[in-house]
Amino acid sequence: MSETALIDRRWIARDAERASTARFLLWLFPWVCLLLLGIYAAGLCFYYGLNQTNMDNRFAFGMWIFLDLSIIAMGAGAFFTGFLVYILKQTDLKPVLNTAVVVGLTCYSGAVAVLMVDVGQPLRAWFTFWYPNTHSMLTEVTFCISCYLLVLILEYIPVLVQNRQLRRVPSFLVFEHQAHKLVPVLAGVGAFLSFFHQGSLGGLYGVLRGRPFAYRQGFAIWPSTFFLFILSAIAVGPSFLMLVVAAAEKITGQTLVDFRVYRKLGFISGVLLAIYVAAKAIDTYVWLNVTSPRLGFGPWDYYSYWPFSSTFLFAATVPLGLLPAILFIVPRTARHRGLLLLAAALTCCGVLLNRFVMTVQTLALPTLPFDPFLKYIPSWQEVATFGGVLAYGVIVYSLSYRYLPMFEATKGEAKNVSLD
Amino acid sequence: MSARYGMVIDLDRCTGCGACMIACASENNVPPAAPRATWRTGITPMLVHTLSNGKEGVDRREAFIPIACMQCEHETPCVSVCPQQAVELDKSTGIVMQMPQRCLGCRYCMTACPYHARYFNWWDPQWPPGMEHSLNPGVSVRMRGVVEKCNMCHARYHDALQKAAAAGKKKIDLADYVPACVEACPTGAIAFGNLADPNDPVTMAAKSPDAFRLLESIGTEPKIHYKTTQAWIRALADRNSGRPTEAQHV
Repeated sequence: MSETALIDRRWIARDAERASTARFLLWLFPWVCLLLLGIYAAGLCFYYGLNQTNMDNRFAFGMWIFLDLSIIAMGAGAFFTGFLVYILKQTDLKPVLNTAVVVGLTCYSGAVAVLMVDVGQPLRAWFTFWYPNTHSMLTEVTFCISCYLLVLILEYIPVLVQNRQLRRVPSFLVFEHQAHKLVPVLAGVGAFLSFFHQGSLGGLYGVLRGRPFAYRQGFAIWPSTFFLFILSAIAVGPSFLMLVVAAAEKITGQTLVDFRVYRKLGFISGVLLAIYVAAKAIDTYVWLNVTSPRLGFGPWDYYSYWPFSSTFLFAATVPLGLLPAILFIVPRTARHRGLLLLAAALTCCGVLLNRFVMTVQTLALPTLPFDPFLKYIPSWQEVATFGGVLAYGVIVYSLSYRYLPMFEATKGEAKNVSLD
Repeated sequence: MSARYGMVIDLDRCTGCGACMIACASENNVPPAAPRATWRTGITPMLVHTLSNGKEGVDRREAFIPIACMQCEHETPCVSVCPQQAVELDKSTGIVMQMPQRCLGCRYCMTACPYHARYFNWWDPQWPPGMEHSLNPGVSVRMRGVVEKCNMCHARYHDALQKAAAAGKKKIDLADYVPACVEACPTGAIAFGNLADPNDPVTMAAKSPDAFRLLESIGTEPKIHYKTTQAWIRALADRNSGRPTEAQHV
């Protein structure tokens, strides 16, 4: 065994079954390359400015905002699983809790990193805290995401210090023990913050009176998209979690969680998705018949431009909404692992499509009567920057899986050690 | 009583010469377009669009419509969305002000603007050697990565305020405050005035049967009014009249 492999082995829990060092490095290699490419592309944007992107004055938001909104929704599994386990006492979901924390942390930190590239003056980011406009949904998003990222880091540290080498430091053991007492509080705070920022992300577009395609009426200061984004995020969070765990099982060749956990996550996703589809249908009906006509816009203003026809609306509601909800809820289909994962994938695609429609389609559609319909194709720098975030997520999860007790089944020695 | 500065643009007089665009850029230190800039990435606080009735041959009709910030009075879309109060509606003038020094460059205000009258500085501002001497010393140059827009030549407003103060007056004389585009228009198509004054010729023109505003239905109360006697332009400007036709940019 080479010296590198020996050092690597010392950081892995004793008796834990992991791939060889060489195989692990081979797995990491393409992701590290993609991460480096992403860092290079982001560096170009920092150095030369946002002219490196294909965004423009009309497409002021582009692929980055669309994918930021999407991965933040996918990362909702973190706060929602914590909420289910610690607040609603659904302890049978505990086996996926650590995965949920890592997925949430990578999704949120990745989104924040891309947002820093996406703004023209990133060094002025603190201005939002110093001169906050309390009427702006973006202020609410900035405050809640920053605070929740801190909560996720605090939730990740107790997992991190369970590493075989870090556990040898007595103060870390004490910290971990104390931190566990704090985790339910963090779960509660995280759920509160997350409900707000998931909603505010929906509100970002819902409040745009000048964009009748996105503008919605609502309750108090919040447009209906505020509530729809919360619902869709907590519906897709468990689905994305299922897909991540299933991918980890496939790649490692090990059974990591019991199938009952999949079924429970699927059922939760399905019920929430069904409620979301119903709410979305009512919202769309009210918007097309009341809100939009009042602003002088009829359905032909939205659905007569290829490729944004009403097919998008149908796809997001039926094959990517109602169908996965049925697959999740009906016991006959929910018994099949393949169908369950298919439903999870469809749910994720549905949320991706919804975020795409809210961000990209809103900007593509003309508002002035003589405006042209616009197209936008992201530049390689935009794609590569986001590729870097994807690679970052895979690398962090891979390292966490290898060196930390992510699942009970692959914990190794750690499962026998307890301060109590 | 505070003023409400606004404009009435007579589309029947507009020849689409673009003098207003040039005057605006020159007055407000808008840098020459970067080599890779397009009409979608350039900075044109005043932009003249070409309208057509969509027909061909002898039936074809064309007109020009200058678009600048509409200085929305009600639920100003860009003001409420800015996360760091870099945009505000000046209560004393009705002008929507932009503070580039505080702008984060998030471009949320651009997304919110239904008139597409906000512009992002995609490139560093650069002038060819020697041309920097032509810069207006009364207007700050904006840096890369911030948003800007028409502020109705605010430097000229300040000059008028100073002149009034020197003369011991509390109010400006409207003859001292004329935005660059109004001054440059060779046909006098753009009229500028105080919409809060019922006797101002601009206020009366804004109330004439030929006058209209763009996207009035969304309820933001824009302070830029248009005027035309041509029915097809009115029909085109009215969203409820049917499908949009094409437009080009000067």
